[in-house]
Amino acid sequence: MLRYILGRLLSLGLSLIVASLVIFTVIEVIPGDPAAFMLGLNADEATVAALRADLGLDGSKAARYVGWISGMVQGDFGTSYTYRVPVAELVSDRLWISIPLAVLSLILSTVLAFPIGILSAANRGRGLDYGIMGGTQLGIAIPNFWFGMLLVLVFAVTLQWFSAGGFPGWNTPLAALKSLVLPSIALALPQAAILARVMRSALIETLAQDYMRTARAKGLSRRQALLRHALRNALIPVLTIIGLQFSFLLAGAIIIENVFFLPGLGRLIFQGITQRDLVVVESVTMLLVFAVILVTFLVDIAYAIADPRLRRRA
Amino acid sequence: MIAVENLSLAIHGEAILRDVSFAMVPGRTFGLVGESGSGKSMTALALMRLLPESARTSGAVTLDSINLLDKPEAEMCALRGNQLGMIFQEPMTALNPVQTIGNQVAETLRIHGIATHADARDVARARLDRVGLPQIALDRYPHELSGGQRQRVCIATAIALRPRLLIADEPTTALDVTTQAQILDLLRGLVEEEGMALLLITHDLAVVADMADHVAVMQAGEIVEQGPTPQVLSEQRHPYTRALFEASDHRPTRTPRPLGAPLLTASDVDRHYPGPRTGLLRRGAPVKAVDGVSLTLKTGESLGLVGESGCGKSTLTRALLGLDKVQGGEIAALGNPVSPAMPNALRAGIQVVFQDPYGSFNPRWRVDHLVADPFPLLDENPPREDRRRKVGEALLAVGLQPSDMDKYPHEFSGGQRQRIAIARALITNPKILVLDEAVSALDVRVRARILDLLADLQDRMGLSYLFISHDLTVVRAITDRVMVMQAGRIVEQGPTEQVFAAPGHEYTQALLAAAPRLPGYARPS
Amino acid sequence: MTRLPVSMILGAALSAVFLAMALLSFVWTPHDVEQLVIANRLQPASSEFPLGTDQFGRDLLSMLMVGARVSLAVALVAVSIGVVIGVPLGLAAAATRGSLLDELIMRGNDLIFAFPSLVIAILITAVFGPSAFNAIIAIGIFNIPVFARVARGGALSLWTLDYILAARVAGKGRTRISVEHILPNIVNLLIVQATIQFSLGILAEAALSYVGLSVQPPVPSWGRMLSDAQTMIYSHPMLAILPGLAIVLMVLGLNLMGDGLRDLLDPRLRRQRQ
Repeated sequence: MLRYILGRLLSLGLSLIVASLVIFTVIEVIPGDPAAFMLGLNADEATVAALRADLGLDGSKAARYVGWISGMVQGDFGTSYTYRVPVAELVSDRLWISIPLAVLSLILSTVLAFPIGILSAANRGRGLDYGIMGGTQLGIAIPNFWFGMLLVLVFAVTLQWFSAGGFPGWNTPLAALKSLVLPSIALALPQAAILARVMRSALIETLAQDYMRTARAKGLSRRQALLRHALRNALIPVLTIIGLQFSFLLAGAIIIENVFFLPGLGRLIFQGITQRDLVVVESVTMLLVFAVILVTFLVDIAYAIADPRLRRRA
Repeated sequence: MIAVENLSLAIHGEAILRDVSFAMVPGRTFGLVGESGSGKSMTALALMRLLPESARTSGAVTLDSINLLDKPEAEMCALRGNQLGMIFQEPMTALNPVQTIGNQVAETLRIHGIATHADARDVARARLDRVGLPQIALDRYPHELSGGQRQRVCIATAIALRPRLLIADEPTTALDVTTQAQILDLLRGLVEEEGMALLLITHDLAVVADMADHVAVMQAGEIVEQGPTPQVLSEQRHPYTRALFEASDHRPTRTPRPLGAPLLTASDVDRHYPGPRTGLLRRGAPVKAVDGVSLTLKTGESLGLVGESGCGKSTLTRALLGLDKVQGGEIAALGNPVSPAMPNALRAGIQVVFQDPYGSFNPRWRVDHLVADPFPLLDENPPREDRRRKVGEALLAVGLQPSDMDKYPHEFSGGQRQRIAIARALITNPKILVLDEAVSALDVRVRARILDLLADLQDRMGLSYLFISHDLTVVRAITDRVMVMQAGRIVEQGPTEQVFAAPGHEYTQALLAAAPRLPGYARPS
Repeated sequence: MTRLPVSMILGAALSAVFLAMALLSFVWTPHDVEQLVIANRLQPASSEFPLGTDQFGRDLLSMLMVGARVSLAVALVAVSIGVVIGVPLGLAAAATRGSLLDELIMRGNDLIFAFPSLVIAILITAVFGPSAFNAIIAIGIFNIPVFARVARGGALSLWTLDYILAARVAGKGRTRISVEHILPNIVNLLIVQATIQFSLGILAEAALSYVGLSVQPPVPSWGRMLSDAQTMIYSHPMLAILPGLAIVLMVLGLNLMGDGLRDLLDPRLRRQRQ
């Protein structure tokens, strides 16, 4: 098991290095002179030179890359050109909205999807199964940001149960949580539909395995066999999807923040793009990619816990 | 006393079983024998009431004069695992891969509320000891055990509560012959000591002859004959029983002919696999699948290669066919070196027939396309019309019709597909035919006919065969000389009859001792 | 021929309607979608404007038609990128199973999975500015590992079959076997995956254009119609409801069709039905 974890850690490190190289290349190498790019066409030579010195662009590319990475590792994400404050500061405020939102949605979608998927698989081919499958088919087709707008229309505009957007801050935890309810439902429901379908098909596949027949021959009822033997085996493909969904939720969260006017990472990154603030864009994308890679790593560990056959392999 | 009375079964209106009746006695083994599709497994599942939902049954299965077919599902759950235990053919997939074997054995006790958690573990330990696994810890997972060990775990699970009936559906078919003998011994001991009734389902008459007190012969969903085993096997009243018996021990007539010069030779061949990957660029120690093997196949000869699964015979076959590179030694065929880079003309001279009649063909191609596939190996690729004529001739030669060439492979039975595979192998007029478990997946009667065909082709075309099989009976029937392979090495070789009559190496002796044999009943005329 | 399932017919019909709308928009739309006529702003549905107009006086039906064209085009090209690059990679990985090439392809795939389409789009936009091309590349890159995985998985199970060995005995190389024997037998898998990716592509394009990272004005797109409608949601909710409904119906149609195709093409299911 330790070997397995070490192996996964190694691959995590490698992925991070390659990913950071890709981002660095796109942001700092492809545009030619980032300083001139950030200032636009009308900037005069002196200002560009000043910004270049400011950003430390005079050194070699390799030195800049090393500087960027070692800064990131120490929590120094550079200084935003437009805000004139450290990016780390900008990010840390906004993380407290984006992370709770993504986690809340992931929990919500999993909690919804599991019982629905199990119910559907256990009643395969019956009316309930067809109903659930039809519902999930519709759920998959709904774009989460549009669903968010509909939620606003119904629950904020018409019923006035929730506010239409904005974030009151964590000083008032209940109000803060309440303002995340609609966004996380908007994010979670389409994902839950996908996850429920994966759960169902994974269960149906395991239900056809030989060991399910062995379990029945031992005297387990259909239901006991499903819960005791099929579920844990079906979990393995389901975990893969949960891992992949995290990156979709993260991306979705960035967009949903626009629907609900939440001052999260998404808003920061779009401001960075419109203001050509490459320092912000570079560091925030790296942070997003880091989150996805980290979750992949956690899913790999979860695999090994769920499936003893993996533990021996490095 | 467990009795089956006039059991009939239909799935989607199609009759699977018709009026099946037999009775089982505690402490006795009842054998149910038949070819694939005869309905023997369905009979077992009907007894357990584990049939597919669409199945409809009639008749009765009585245990203590209560008809199990009338019992509600909840009461059946209480009986399964408790009064009725069952084990299946494929031990590799019959256990839950993510649960320890201790928990899987203990579950039988816990599900029936017989024992608490700690007690159940003690009983599980005792049962695993009883089935011959005292050295295996309870917290091991199925993937850490061999096939034979897993089948023992399945048996421990099934007998944990000492059921009155144990059903074993082809329990040794997926196992090697030496492992089979051990599992059969274990089952025999359980019947004697625990006094349970054993319903043994098998396609192998020799296993039944060895194990069963009573036997029923099944054909197309009906029992055609039953009675005490020695009586049924010696009298063979029903023609189907006689046909099965004859086919099980069938030896095709072969014309002895003088052997010519060596055609295929291997000297000191090593074939190593790289070890499993342990990192991005690191690998573990290499596995020596073939370790210093030498062999010679002479013109007109039929050479057998026997060994159990994993002994390296498939790997050796691939090297001899020039599919894989060897790490040491040399292979030569028809006077030229064999390697993955060998010229097409040489490939045309050495062709192969594989085991699986279902996986041997691209399902999207027609027979003419399939059989003609090796034509490009020839120097002169015949023109289109010629090709169809030659394919037609090849199909005739293997006992099919030229008109079959416009059909798809799924339109043929397993035996017919093997004939198509032989036609494909013969299309380039090879000198050497490698038969890699070519009859192992076939029912006995089909197998006998394919063996006849192979013997006939050898006589007519002067072919040389390398016949690879795990099945000693088949090798004995068709080869002149035999080699025994174990763990990558040839441990013994010699004229077939001589090796079978007086095996020299202890491994060969063990193999022969383990193989169940049909008793030499006088054939009724 | 087995009877087509109802859901598949429904799916095909929905998809056909949107395809027809998109194709028709090349030659004819009820109104010019790039002309802003303030006098016509926020008209209710009428015979002149079947679905009404937006706050800039543009005809909603015309915009939906052109939007369908944009959605379909972006998704189609993005799926093609995935197929054209991903499938050969997957086949090559399977043909050289366990080799360094296989390992490199699979690790490369994993790496791309760490870059969600949106992140790629953000990166490209930050440097090159927003455009439809941007959306195509962002979605297309993310499709590559999807198809590579499906192709590799399907191919690996085939490589173990005897008919592949038979083809090698018949003197065929790995490339030829991949093209002659493997590809035709995984085409079903690929078609099904393509319909899934196609509908995901439409959803992704809508999301990207909603945040302004796809087609730019004046070309209308469903996603941007939604973002334009957001400020109007209190007074004119239909402006937000209609484009969303268009997305849902189109994606639903494609998914239903994909499910039906899978049932039809999956040989396991087919055998059960016979």
